[in-house]
Amino acid sequence: MSGPDYGEEHEQLRRTLRGFVEKEITPFVEAWEEAESFPRALYQKAADIGLLGLGFPEALGGTMSDPFATIVACEELARSGSGGVAAGLMTHTIAIPPIVALGSDELKERVVKPVLRGEKIAALAITEPSGGSDVANLRTTARKDGEHYVVNGSKTFITSGMRSDFLTVAVRTGGPGMGGVSILVIDGDTPGLDRTPLKKMGWWASDTATLYFDDCRVPVTNLVGDEDQGFFGLMLNFNHERLSIAGTAYAFAKVCFDEALAWAQERQTFNKPLIKHQVIRHKLVDMATQLASTKAFLEHVARLLKAGEQPVAEICMLKNTATRCMEYCAKEAVQILGGAGYIRGQKSERIYRETKVLAIGGGAEEIMKELAAKQLGW
Amino acid sequence: MKILVTVKRVTDYERKVKISPDGLSLVTEGMNFVPNPFDEIAVEEALRLQKAHGGEVVVISIGHKDASKEIRQALAMGADRGIHVIAEELDPDAVARLLMKIVEEEKPELVIMGKQATDDDANQAGQLLAGYLGWPQATFASKVEGLDSEAEKAQTPGVVIAGGEATVIREIDGGLETLKLKLPAIVTTDLRLNHPRFASLPGIMKAKKKPIKEVPVASFGVDITPKVRNVKYAEPPARKAGVKVADVAELVNKLKTEAKVI
Repeated sequence: MSGPDYGEEHEQLRRTLRGFVEKEITPFVEAWEEAESFPRALYQKAADIGLLGLGFPEALGGTMSDPFATIVACEELARSGSGGVAAGLMTHTIAIPPIVALGSDELKERVVKPVLRGEKIAALAITEPSGGSDVANLRTTARKDGEHYVVNGSKTFITSGMRSDFLTVAVRTGGPGMGGVSILVIDGDTPGLDRTPLKKMGWWASDTATLYFDDCRVPVTNLVGDEDQGFFGLMLNFNHERLSIAGTAYAFAKVCFDEALAWAQERQTFNKPLIKHQVIRHKLVDMATQLASTKAFLEHVARLLKAGEQPVAEICMLKNTATRCMEYCAKEAVQILGGAGYIRGQKSERIYRETKVLAIGGGAEEIMKELAAKQLGW
Repeated sequence: MKILVTVKRVTDYERKVKISPDGLSLVTEGMNFVPNPFDEIAVEEALRLQKAHGGEVVVISIGHKDASKEIRQALAMGADRGIHVIAEELDPDAVARLLMKIVEEEKPELVIMGKQATDDDANQAGQLLAGYLGWPQATFASKVEGLDSEAEKAQTPGVVIAGGEATVIREIDGGLETLKLKLPAIVTTDLRLNHPRFASLPGIMKAKKKPIKEVPVASFGVDITPKVRNVKYAEPPARKAGVKVADVAELVNKLKTEAKVI
């Protein structure tokens, strides 16, 4: 970390997060990954140091920050080597921004504040079994009945979907297309809500669920923003989510690189350290090259966001750049580690299984390209 | 109750320290600096006592102009304000005499310091300060219940303040010793007194607005001519590579003839 973009408070944030991750996360990652869960108490611990409130208004219990603080947080959380813990712990960063931006004071009080205090878990539910990235055509319906909406349909691939206390759900209240979409907060204990867990390639420590809504009655006061205007609210999320995904992908690529470099310096083959073989050290240079260019792009976009711009095309390209960097570095790190890289317990082994989720989630690579092309007027 | 805490800026204990080619100094370029870990324990103890008894926690650093960063770190943990005496490298005696001036002005009831700094490990400033002030001191303060105890989880202070006295458990060679000190007093902290808290993000932001008073060292009128002179820095001798022994008999033989330990 250096340069004018990072101040003393970023350095302090990094120090706090490094200590927190080393003490509260890293020693337990193996056990949590195998158990496919981590303790709820971690949310409260993360709230105590202000991690959950990062980037949220002070009035709601958060601390305002800039995109560089987001990058620092991504980098430090990645050091545990578990994307699952980071994803599970931070699902509120995609679930509550629509409520913060458009929600009623009552929802902010009842939902946002306890989530930022680490007492409640929030998840975002958009994707449906019938279609993922095609938000404008979602099929889960919410029909108004007096003081309630009656919700029917299902959602899938929902991170923290199993144990979330609040679900920020995209539903259809109006006609077809993006104009008929609304956002509802659905309490986890609403009768008619059913959840089933999904087993995944990676991110084992976080739970993922399919949700079924069968005549769920949701008070109309749980509507976030205006009826049929939800599409815009959901899109608000994406800039920050994609910057976080890019930061996370970069950070995990760096963890792979660090592990591979340390291994190459230590491991002896043919009577010399691995890194003294040209073919290996050139791999490391290729990884370092990708990391350097990804980081420069990441910080460039962070600068644009900090200046108040909405660089949608750049963010799309950045997300693809960063996830490809992660895929490349994870692949090469496992290759450099050899047999050891295929054994559970190595960070690179786990991260290798966690590459696809970032290249797909938050807008798949292909969608990112198409969105960038549209933004560029092509 | 007003508590003064000292924080020294030291080289990062996780990085390797390099010696300059002439052997007269350490290479500080590119070196990362952190608050002395014992001092972080001192700050934590002060904050817990403040929570229990109210009052003010004032953080002092004497050293490099960049040491404001270490003061800010303590303020981010929750301390109220800072005093930064800007000075070049000083010996513990000069530090103690400067601290005496600050104590005379601030009039705290308790001064909490790390038992030593992890850079030079001198372990002198606290004792010297107590001597100059004529105050009682308890060094190497520890927590009798241990760091895995419920008391530590509840963030209970290890130092007990009651009736104008401080009760301090301290580590000695034979075990633990309990001292009662009349306030005002000096306490220096050992590793097993507490787990220092992390500076929270809101704490970090609040600390940006907390005052740090900068004082040039010359304004104290204290003679800081070093009494200790650094003659030379040297790396510890490199360890020789070990040997592999074929069997137990050879090991026993080597322990007898070469190591001469049996």
